[in-house]
Amino acid sequence: MAFLEVRDLTVAYGAIQGVRGVTFAVEQGQIVSLIGSNGAGKTTTLRTLSGLLRPVSGEVWLDGTPLHRLPAHEILAHGVAHSPEGRRLFARMTVEENLRLGAYTRRDEAGVVADLDRIYDLFPVLGQRRRAKAGLFSGGEQQMLAIGRALMSRPRLLMLDEPSMGLSPIMTQKIFDTVRDLRAEGTTVLLVEQNALAALALSDRAYVIDLGRTTLSGTGAELLADPRVQAAYLGEGVTS
Amino acid sequence: MLPTLLSQVANGLVLGSLIGLIALGYTMVYGIIQLINFAHGEIFMVGAYGGLAALTYLLPAAIANQWYLALPIALVAGAVIAALVAVAAERFAYRPLRDAPRLAPLITALGVSVALQEAVRVFYPDATAALPFPSIFIEGTLEIPVPGGTVPIKYAGILLALVSLALAAGLQVFVDRSRTGRAMRATAQDRDIARLMGIDPDRVIVLTFLIGGALAGVGGVLYGGYLNNINIDMGFQNGIFAFTAAVLGGIGSIRGAVVGGLAIGLVKSLGGQYLPGGTAYDYVWIFVVLIVVLVFRPQGFFGETERVRA
Repeated sequence: MAFLEVRDLTVAYGAIQGVRGVTFAVEQGQIVSLIGSNGAGKTTTLRTLSGLLRPVSGEVWLDGTPLHRLPAHEILAHGVAHSPEGRRLFARMTVEENLRLGAYTRRDEAGVVADLDRIYDLFPVLGQRRRAKAGLFSGGEQQMLAIGRALMSRPRLLMLDEPSMGLSPIMTQKIFDTVRDLRAEGTTVLLVEQNALAALALSDRAYVIDLGRTTLSGTGAELLADPRVQAAYLGEGVTS
Repeated sequence: MLPTLLSQVANGLVLGSLIGLIALGYTMVYGIIQLINFAHGEIFMVGAYGGLAALTYLLPAAIANQWYLALPIALVAGAVIAALVAVAAERFAYRPLRDAPRLAPLITALGVSVALQEAVRVFYPDATAALPFPSIFIEGTLEIPVPGGTVPIKYAGILLALVSLALAAGLQVFVDRSRTGRAMRATAQDRDIARLMGIDPDRVIVLTFLIGGALAGVGGVLYGGYLNNINIDMGFQNGIFAFTAAVLGGIGSIRGAVVGGLAIGLVKSLGGQYLPGGTAYDYVWIFVVLIVVLVFRPQGFFGETERVRA
């Protein structure tokens, strides 16, 4: 069994069925991307994995433990951190408070302090302004903080939803470099991106989600070369 | 002239700090679940009756006469009973309606308010009329000499004001500095994301009702000792003032609740003394002030303006 296994996940989102048969697997230490057009069900999939939504059917297993019946706060305790779409920082709290909330379930104060320093090393702009309110930062800086906040729980699986949204190409590159560094440190990353080109270039494996279903899968390179993927997701203007 | 003015200022500050203490419960609950808990005034009333019950039925007379024993016991009893009732209201009345349209829990809160009043009226012995509340506190009055006379302040009033302000300050520090306080603020700002941090919102919500209830219970006992009698309507009257204080100060804000409470206490006592109509109209001035402030500052003194999240 793979590190993360998602089997035939179905999620009804309001009246619309957002996800109807998503199946994929993530091996430990990999970067795996879910790509697909707007509204395909990528974000709904992540929100279900982290427990914010309840699946109608289907299963989610992490390292042999079933997660699909657990509430969100317990799923975090099993090592799944979710950096949500739109960053969703606690805008009226400081950088440091946001990061400390990421470490809310941890009781090892020394380890938390060490990890704060690690995040500040990774993103010096956060370290320089750790007492400033999160809402005052630029989009790219907020994305760094959102990733840092998710890392503070020392997750075994880091889920990033649209980390490049609204960012300049330079900032996007910086975020993706960071994701690559995290993999080098052993963190498993599940990435949801509309910027399919950049995501595939980074990924060990990727899945295409279309109309709520996983339709294609392969290594990042395979999908980059696949004419169906090129036609649907890598055409001009897609990566705006 | 001067003694009257200063006496009314003192009365206003004492009443105002009590109103601020009760307002903390309104403002915290609203901050976390956007519910105006109209039953909160009754939680304050239940706390007063709980303290009275402990003094009347629980303690042997020998202890009940020693204020330094009786006071802490009565305060703890009032706080515990009020907190339990507040938590029970959350668990059985509000939680099932968490995802219902906002009007449903609001109406339910009014129902809880009536139910609590009637429960005390029916089950507490002789509660159909006002009950005498023992002077368990340092009795007597501090007479402060000023030009033209003296300003009398009951010691029980000084105690009420000091304890109320100290508890509010303690709450502010707790919410600002502690890990649990941070979890409360996170839940207030974005409940889903708080869950992603590993925070169980139900526990935070229960804790919020528990703290608000305990503070109101302490307030109820101190208020009983200050006025030397309690009645079933005390929760409704002071609850309305406290709710108004929370809105005036900026709902969701702890220091707003205290400042709003003090402002309302002062408006009530000074307005009742100096403005046309006397004490019969003191309510009117409170709401005039509320309306005027909200016209120019709709978010209240310390309220956050609604902001679009970046």
